[in-house]
Amino acid sequence: MPTPFKAGCQRPSGTSLAPAAEETKITELEKKEAKQSMIKVGAPAPDFELPGYLNGQFSNYKLSEYKGKWVFVCFYPGDFTFV
Amino acid sequence: MSAVADEFPELQKLGVEVLSISVDSVFVHKMWEDHELSKMVEGGIPYPMLSDQNGNVGRLYGVYNEDAGVQMRGRFIIDPDGIVQAYEVMTPPVGRNVAESRRQIQAFQLVRASKGTEATPAGWQPGRATLKPGPDLVGNVWKVWKVEEGK
Repeated sequence: MPTPFKAGCQRPSGTSLAPAAEETKITELEKKEAKQSMIKVGAPAPDFELPGYLNGQFSNYKLSEYKGKWVFVCFYPGDFTFV
Repeated sequence: MSAVADEFPELQKLGVEVLSISVDSVFVHKMWEDHELSKMVEGGIPYPMLSDQNGNVGRLYGVYNEDAGVQMRGRFIIDPDGIVQAYEVMTPPVGRNVAESRRQIQAFQLVRASKGTEATPAGWQPGRATLKPGPDLVGNVWKVWKVEEGK
């Protein structure tokens, strides 16, 4: 289900697929004031599509393609951090 | 992330897919995996490392730190219907306990399999007794469950 892509000159980036996110496109200036609220347990997880790396291969991964499976999503501050 | 990789075989046995997300590019993910993580985890990182460079997905989940420009340490348990069952968010200096996340997933899986007829009491571990919520249990939890069992 992940879509492979070739490494080009541009850094690959992804997108959120939630309709709400499209409507509230954030400009640089508004970024700081942009309201960010915690999602709710018991509510649908917002869908997204992001480029990823696994086993020497770059691919795009879409959360909604994991429907029917349990998914453990981990955000972390950055590569080469220590914890 | 190597701690998550270490738990990965156990998570896989439970049918759980893992996705990690940071603001680093996929090229940096590759370098981190090549130069460090592959030395900590045999065979390298077994799950996709995703790149959310502008923080939009982090914002959507409420874990993006606008001032630092990075994601906080947040983890989400999503069920087969795409529903968020649990999350935990921490500031960067404290690492997570992946075994506890696994325990929670096992508890959610049990509850789902029982179609809501069973619940797991505090500190429940796989194999231990569950509670069967219903009129008979009201005021009677003390008869079927002891506080010590939650340790």
